[in-house]
Amino acid sequence: MEQQKGASTFGMWVFLLTELMMFGGLFASYLIYRLKFYAAWEAGSSSIDVHWGFINTLVLIGSSFTMAMAVWAAQKGDKNKQVMFLIGTMILGAAFLGIKGIEYKAKYDECHIPGHIIGKAFNASGGCMADGKVTGDIAKEFMEHQAEIHKPVPEAFAKQTADQTQIFFSFYFAMTGLHAFHMVIGLGLLGWLTLRASRGEFSGQYFTPVELGGLYWHFVDIVWIFLFPLLYLINRTHG
Amino acid sequence: MSTAATTVKPVMPAKHYLNDNYGIRSWLLTKDHKRIAILYLCTITFFFFLGGMFAALIRLELLTPEGDLFHSDTYNKLFTMHGVNMIFFFLIPSVPAVLGNFILPIMLGAKDLAFPKINLLSWYIFIVGAGFGLAALIGGGVDTGWTFYTPLSTGYVRTPVIVLAVGILIAGFASIFTGLNFIVTTHRMRAPGMTWGRLPLMVWANYAASLIMILGTPVIAITLILVALERGFHIGVFDPKLGGDPVLFQHMFWFYSHPAVYIMILPGMGVISEIVTCFSRKRVFGYTFIAFSSIAIAVFGFVVWAHHMFVAGISTYSALVFSLLSFAVAIPSAVKVFNWTATMYKGSVSLETPMLYALAFIGLFTIGGLTGLFLAALGTDIHIHDTYFVVAHFHYVMVGGMVTAYLGGIHFWWPKMTGKMYPEAPAKLAALITFIGFNLTFFPQFILGYLGMPRRYHAYPPEFQVLNVLSSAGASVLAVGFIMPLVYFLWSLKFGEAAGDNPWDAKGLEWQTTSPPPTHNFHEVPIVTEDPYNYGEEANVVH
Repeated sequence: MEQQKGASTFGMWVFLLTELMMFGGLFASYLIYRLKFYAAWEAGSSSIDVHWGFINTLVLIGSSFTMAMAVWAAQKGDKNKQVMFLIGTMILGAAFLGIKGIEYKAKYDECHIPGHIIGKAFNASGGCMADGKVTGDIAKEFMEHQAEIHKPVPEAFAKQTADQTQIFFSFYFAMTGLHAFHMVIGLGLLGWLTLRASRGEFSGQYFTPVELGGLYWHFVDIVWIFLFPLLYLINRTHG
Repeated sequence: MSTAATTVKPVMPAKHYLNDNYGIRSWLLTKDHKRIAILYLCTITFFFFLGGMFAALIRLELLTPEGDLFHSDTYNKLFTMHGVNMIFFFLIPSVPAVLGNFILPIMLGAKDLAFPKINLLSWYIFIVGAGFGLAALIGGGVDTGWTFYTPLSTGYVRTPVIVLAVGILIAGFASIFTGLNFIVTTHRMRAPGMTWGRLPLMVWANYAASLIMILGTPVIAITLILVALERGFHIGVFDPKLGGDPVLFQHMFWFYSHPAVYIMILPGMGVISEIVTCFSRKRVFGYTFIAFSSIAIAVFGFVVWAHHMFVAGISTYSALVFSLLSFAVAIPSAVKVFNWTATMYKGSVSLETPMLYALAFIGLFTIGGLTGLFLAALGTDIHIHDTYFVVAHFHYVMVGGMVTAYLGGIHFWWPKMTGKMYPEAPAKLAALITFIGFNLTFFPQFILGYLGMPRRYHAYPPEFQVLNVLSSAGASVLAVGFIMPLVYFLWSLKFGEAAGDNPWDAKGLEWQTTSPPPTHNFHEVPIVTEDPYNYGEEANVVH
């Protein structure tokens, strides 16, 4: 059993390494484009709502805490606490996804979804109508901000920067989308673990699935810990 | 041969993994790595012949200088589907998923791989991925080249690129799970006494290939996801109109696809190590060097990707660095070739069919590898990039190298896998025909490339016709060489002689158990006390 636990844990770490390589490809491309379109990265990052991102970060860290508690409870063989903490983790995970939904809806309203297949055509330089108001005008925000810091830019440059934010948003959706996809899978895994825990399958002798599920969940959390600063914080100049 | 063979004819064991359980469910829901290997064998053989059919059509078109057999767009589909089927649905799984799956646990003295259910899952994932590939084929086939360069693939063609990209991405996960399984098994499930220094070189080779599988395949996964997103939703990661960079796609694609070629060749090199030592009756020369050269190839393989992009607009300085590293990656492969030949020196070489394939490998892989150096040198690459020289180079290493090693391995372990011997005379003939056909097909292509014939063109200047006709003639001979094993292996299942435990009198744990092995591989857990390949030493059977 000991050898099986060692082998399974090792296997899970190897799998997480592959996940790291997959997200790594996206991170590498993000960094390359950030160097190429620095102004657009600033403008795009400033336009997404940092408050929701911050709340999501707290939610996810909280869910990692409940997950760790679930592993501890499984190790102790406490069935009720296991189920409670696992369900708690799932609730927090679902909350995260819900908030992401709110953010995505805001992007939809502001015409900031790249391409023209989903929602309205991408438009970051004025003219995106939602509820009768014009919203999501990154060109205007960029010009205003630049004027405030006494480094005014011509309108053509502001428009170009706003157009280039389409690439930023491509990365925003690809990275958070892939992350959200992994969270959905994680929720499924947690549901299965909750079912097994409620049947009393885990104890001090055998709690490997909970531990491995925990490893996966923590990994998804860590990816977000990197995503949040990269997308919301480091390029932000205002807002 | 063992002395017992003169007095007692070998018989099949009464119970073994093939007759332990009957019925389709026992196969489709098996957790036995040996049965999963057979499942993979059947699947990839199908894709080999499918890819081969596309090759036949290509060579038919190229018999005449005009593009008269197929429309140019159709020709694009032919070489794309040839490449995709051969690389992703045949070569990448070939030795690891068939021979590795079957033989690795037995070589380690284990009952199975670390995660048997994941092993079965890997086959199903492969089937789903391959199914998408077939769907793309039925949907008209893709015409972007197996390299899917953007923005052609993301914005301009009307072929089912997304379906095929998704299929490859899914099949990639099958590869990841196989690699993960091999790594954990090698670390955690060796029999008592089987230290790292006693591992057969087949295990080292598969381990190194598995490292590449788990590190590289996720990158192609995300690249293909981005291609699908860009094509489906028009986001602009690689699209120049939106500020994206098409060369970024090339970097990401080749970051996996170059190590992928080492995924393909390393397990084959492991097979050759096993065969050469057995048929020279001599321990492998430089075991440590061969083992570490496998790891070195895996590591170096990750830092040479941009040698596919020398004329894509990368800076001369970075091209210089990649060129230098590409020269370096040839060194560990050369170490292996020298060690194999040194193993044969003063050995007692016998030319059974597996050895014929191994010898062919050593020669053809050397040619293929050395011509890679012409391509790695910046100056010459300007002239021969995207010509038939490249096509000839990679076919020498992949077909003359990898497929030859795969066939050699199948012949070597066929008695172990099925309990039957294949007929030696037709097998030797097939090996010879394959060798002749292969060289006739691909050697003229070196010359064609040097003379300037571009690849992926269905029409060419008339002065190239003679060489093209030679190449197509060779292809028909090669086809015969490949079909023959299909016929006689199937024949041997019913009419072949029983092989006995160790028809080659080889060292290695797999030969200490019955042919075919029992479901749990060994009747008792083996304990390893000797170094591997102790040919020529006093009797020291491992128990």
